[in-house]
Parts: sequence; structure tokens; C-alpha cells
Amino acid sequence: MLATSPAFKQNVKGALADASLQKALAFTRPSFAGKRTAAVAALPEFEQLRDVGRDIKNHVLANLDFYLETWSANVEKSGGIVHWCSTADDARAAVLAICQKAGAKTVTKGKSMISEELAINDHLEKHGIEPVETDLGEYILQLRKEPPSHIIAPAFHLNREDWEESFRASHTDLPEDRVFGERRDILTEARKKLREKFLAADVGITGANFLIAETGSSVIVTNEGNGDLTQTLPRVHIVLASIEKVIPTLEDACTFLRLLARSATGQDMSVYTTFSTGARRPADLDGPEEYHVVLIDNGRTGMIGTEFQEMLRCIRCAACMNHCPVYFTVGGHSYGWVYPGPMGSVLTPALIGVDKAGHLPNASTFCGKCESVCPVKIPLPKLMRHWREREFERHLAPQGMRSNLAIWAWFAKRPQLYRMATGLAARLLSWLGRGKGRVASLPFAAGWTAGRDLPTPEGETFFARYARAQREGKL
Amino acid sequence: MSKENILNAIRRGLKRGPLPDDQAMGLRARLAGHPRHLIPARSRVSRPEQIALFIRNIEKEFGSVARVADFAAIPDAVAAYLAARNLPTDFAIAPHPELADIPWDTRPLLQRRPGRAQPSDLVSLQHGYAAIAETGTLMLPAAPERPTTLNLLSDTFLVVLRASRVVGAYEEAWDLLRAESPTQPGGGFMPRNVMLVTGPSRSADIESTLELGAHGPRRLHVLLVDDDPAALG
Ligand code: SF4
Repeated sequence: MLATSPAFKQNVKGALADASLQKALAFTRPSFAGKRTAAVAALPEFEQLRDVGRDIKNHVLANLDFYLETWSANVEKSGGIVHWCSTADDARAAVLAICQKAGAKTVTKGKSMISEELAINDHLEKHGIEPVETDLGEYILQLRKEPPSHIIAPAFHLNREDWEESFRASHTDLPEDRVFGERRDILTEARKKLREKFLAADVGITGANFLIAETGSSVIVTNEGNGDLTQTLPRVHIVLASIEKVIPTLEDACTFLRLLARSATGQDMSVYTTFSTGARRPADLDGPEEYHVVLIDNGRTGMIGTEFQEMLRCIRCAACMNHCPVYFTVGGHSYGWVYPGPMGSVLTPALIGVDKAGHLPNASTFCGKCESVCPVKIPLPKLMRHWREREFERHLAPQGMRSNLAIWAWFAKRPQLYRMATGLAARLLSWLGRGKGRVASLPFAAGWTAGRDLPTPEGETFFARYARAQREGKL
Repeated sequence: MSKENILNAIRRGLKRGPLPDDQAMGLRARLAGHPRHLIPARSRVSRPEQIALFIRNIEKEFGSVARVADFAAIPDAVAAYLAARNLPTDFAIAPHPELADIPWDTRPLLQRRPGRAQPSDLVSLQHGYAAIAETGTLMLPAAPERPTTLNLLSDTFLVVLRASRVVGAYEEAWDLLRAESPTQPGGGFMPRNVMLVTGPSRSADIESTLELGAHGPRRLHVLLVDDDPAALG
């Protein structure tokens, strides 16, 4: 996916002016947070499970080479094939080769964020293979040629009229005078259209929420059942998975399943949690004849051993963005690449370069909500701060002056001025919100504050805090 | 090539070479022992309460349950469910011996087609392997007698499940599978596919509003056979 992250500020401007986006954000925000809160409240052990989840992931990362080798050996024992790919290019080539060998004309796809990283659809299309997204949200985005705006609710920014308009424009074989009276009608039409695709597909591509080392399994978690139809009906199943998805055992998976759905949608458990292990067994009546896993690094090994290693614990639940005041003000597209919200602000610079995504770690009010809901306790604000420090240092070094947005670079090269300007802004906000701890409106950014209360900065910028901490010997 | 690159990059990051033998042994022991972690207390209750929890959770997730005294009562229960919803009386059914033994002739109108599901099937009937009370979740491992397509292609999904196969937590269901699953090609115990199903298919992708029956079944109905005296409260 082509990144527009360097244009974050322009993206934000557009998003603030987009009335229908703002409406969708305002409508969705309370329900995302409320559902998680209710699910968590109903499980007294949830907080302890977060510690367990964090510890399992840390254990895996410290032994990642061992667990990947074990997992891979077990995939092959059960009749699957693992394709190790260092880069997105390698992975695209591997997927294409499997599809071409299978003589594929149509490929159905379950929802997979790594497939967005690879922009696999463009690649397949370029080679004459039709990719069909089958998750409802992803399907309409494909019709509209839009990227997802959220990692688990990719199309929540669209309203019913958008769906209807896209269906009328794309499903031209259906009667023009058909009526979309309710959401159900949209769903029914999509179900019918996609059934045809499921049945016609030669290859099915899914992502993986987890890989199980012990058994060589891949796991997908969905609500629609599209991922299961994708991996069950075609002759060939390809799993796209990044290296940090591996966990040791089924018992470890149990802990993550207890965390994932509650954090994501506020369900106790998603509807379909499916463990796939190898290809169809000799006497089976259904299932794919070939099972491939394309295992992808694409920049992740570069995070190991750095302060960003903790980000590799992420299980992509979306709780951090669902609770982020910045996300709910600017929407997912503003972040400009695959991963929005707090997790995107940390991950994107690591995967596509801080020169392209250096603005994202600034898109934070440091309210700390993301860290407090993260099921694997990733210290997201701290990691964003690390990026800001890195970015800052980069601009202080004379050789470090790379292209960037002009104003920001101009300020960044003049730390005194930068500090003064941001210090002024912080004090202004503090003044506006005095006594309340929240700023309900800003005269110069009505769109920004209409969607949310801005937590009041404590009258001190990051740099001032940093300098004070240094003076006090805390760093 | 890429494999070595990735493994070496990981080791560089971790500032070590391949794991020393003694450490690898420790990890292999962890895999072999597959220790359990914290298990929520909610499913640690008496058998009757476990069954009640299972039913409550299924219903919370928009599924339904009919308790029947024995396998002989299933044809009536199936016929009643289908008739109440004006659903067709022909359905695809898992070719499982337990289901074949049901006295279907008591309801000659019920037309069964054993095998995998076809895209045109409106109703399917699956054999439930086990279920998890903790979240009202069915465990459906693929096998020749339990085809996966039955779980997915129909509009109305019926599952016959013995009450004795309802366990408290996910870990207990995996224990059953580890103990009972036939050895697979390659030596492992994992069937090609194991689905954990919690309620009927759904989507909230259209305006963040829940609709049932996105791609999979719109209805999930469990026929729970009371074969466990301890579970009768
Ligand atoms: S960073 Fe944490 S909260 Fe955010 S998506 Fe990842 S696991 Fe979920």
C-alpha cells in the first residue's frame, strides 16, 4: 500500500472537514469503548490475563527463532508448505507463484492486514488474477478502491447510502429498480454476490491471528464466516502471516482468545475461531488440497532488540484506536498507511521509515488510554515518545536533514523555536482547560474539538518534561 | 535462503546465536507439557450449572438450545424446530455413526442427505464433538464423519451435542481432542481443521450495526442430548 503518511497534516485537514466521516466517528465511538468495558467487567480475571498475555509474548519474542523453526517443521510434517519471505517483494512473488501454479483465475480473500502491507491485490490484478475481498467491509472498500480505515471495522466510516451507491454501480446485472430498504437488503445482496465468488475461486487467501508452534496450525478469528469459506472451498489455501504471530501451544492460544474478542468487539468470543493444520486428509470430504503459509518479516526483525520490540506483542485487537481521542477526531485514513491509531503510530515508522511516518508519533495527546486498554500491555505512549526522540535527534544531526514537510522541518532544525512554539501551544491549551482538566472547544480548531474533549496538557511540553527529568536525574 | 536470513536477523536482534541446547531443551519441555495458564473461575461450577452456563452463553450470542432426553427424541425436535420457522425438511447431515443411529423413520418427512454440504443447502445438521460452557462455544473438528462445509454453507445450522461433552473451559476441550483424536498423517493429533463456533454468523460492517447471517448460517440451534445424569439439575 502506498503510504500517504508524510502528508499526515493535509490528511487531517481533509478529515476534519469531512462531515460524513465525522458523523460516523461520533456515532461509533461510544459503542466501541462501551462494548469492551462491559465484556471486561464480566470477567474478573481480565487484568491478570493481560499480564499472562504479555508474558507469553515476551517469552516468544526472546525465543522467536526456536518457535518459528518448530512451527515450520510441524507445518511440513502435517503436509503444509512454508514460504519464508524477508521482504514484501518476496512475499508477493511467493503468493503469485502459488496462484499461477494452481492456474488461478479468481482468488478469494479473508481479511488480513498483512495483505494490505503487501498490496497483494494490486499485484495479483497486474498479473491477470482477480482478487475478491470477502469480508463485507473489505468488499465494499475494494469496490470503492479505498483503503481500510480501521483494522477490525475497515468500513465503519461509510454510511448506508455509500453502500447502496457502490452496489448499484458494481452489481449492474441486478435489476436497477431494486430497493435497499434496510441494512439487511445490503447484506443479502453482498452474501449472494460473494457466494458466487467463493464457489468460483481457485485459491483462498487468509491472514492468521496466531500460528501454533506445537501443532503447526494457523488460526483465524472472524465473525462473518467469510474467512472459513475462503479457506475451505478453493483447492488451494494460502495463509499470510508475519513472524510475530507464532505462539507455543494451544493452551497459550486459550489465553489470547480470552483477551482478543473482549478487547476488540466486546464479544466474549468471536463467532468463528478456526485452527487449520495442513491440507485435506485422505478420507476428508472437503477442505483444500494444498496448504501454504507465506511467512513474512517485512521489517519486523529490525525491531527486535530495540526499544520497539514490545510492539511485536500486538495481537491487532484495535482497542488502542477504539479508545484514542486522536483517532476519533481524524479517522483512520489520515494515518496514511495500513495501521492507524496508536498502534499504527508506533508500527508504521518502524515498517516504512520514520522519514515517511515521523508525524504519526506526534498524533497523540499522551492521555495514556491506549496503554491502559492494550490486552498485552504495550506501552504505546512511551514508544511514541521514543520515535519523537529519534526524530528529534535525526534533525539535530547535520547529515540527518532529510526531506520533510517544510514548516515542521524548519521548526525542528531550530529547537529553541520549536520548544517555544510548542510550549506556547501547550500553555494556551492548559489555560483554556483550566480547572476542568479537559478542553471542550478550541477557537482555532473547531473540527478537532467537536469530536472529543482534548485532555489538557499539564502546561509543559514533552521536551520541557524531558529536560526537567534529566535535571532531576530520572533519565 | 530467506529462512536463514530471517532466523539470523532475529538472532542478531537478540544478540545471540542459535539457542544453546539446554535452553532449547527447556522450551521443548514446555511444548511437550503445554502448561495451562490462568483459567477464569466462571466455568468452575457444578455440572448442572455448567450446562446452564453453556445454554445462557449460546442464547446470549443469538443461538438457541433444545434439551432432549435421548437420541430417539431428536427427529421430533428437529421437525418441530423446522416447522415453527417454515423451513424445508430436507437437509445435509454429517455422516457420523451417532447420527445414523437416530430413529429417523419416526419422522419420514425429514429427508436426510449424508455427506458434505452443498451451496444450495438451506439446512444442515452437524455432529457436535464437544462444547465449552465458558463462552457457549462448540468445538467442531473436521473428520470424514464431520465435514467442515456443514458448519458454513447452510442458512440454518443444527448441531446435535451430548450434554456429557460440555466442558467448562477451552483447555478441557483441547484435552479431549488430544486424548481422542486419531493420529494424523505426519504423527500429530490436530485434524485438518478445528472450528470453535460461538453463535451464528454476523457482521457489524454496515454502519456498525449487527446483522446475523453474513456469510455463514443465520441460525444456530443446538439439540442437547441429556446423556449425563450428573448434569441434570
Ligand atoms: S497495540 Fe495493543 S491495543 Fe493496540 S491493536 Fe495491538 S494489542 Fe490491541
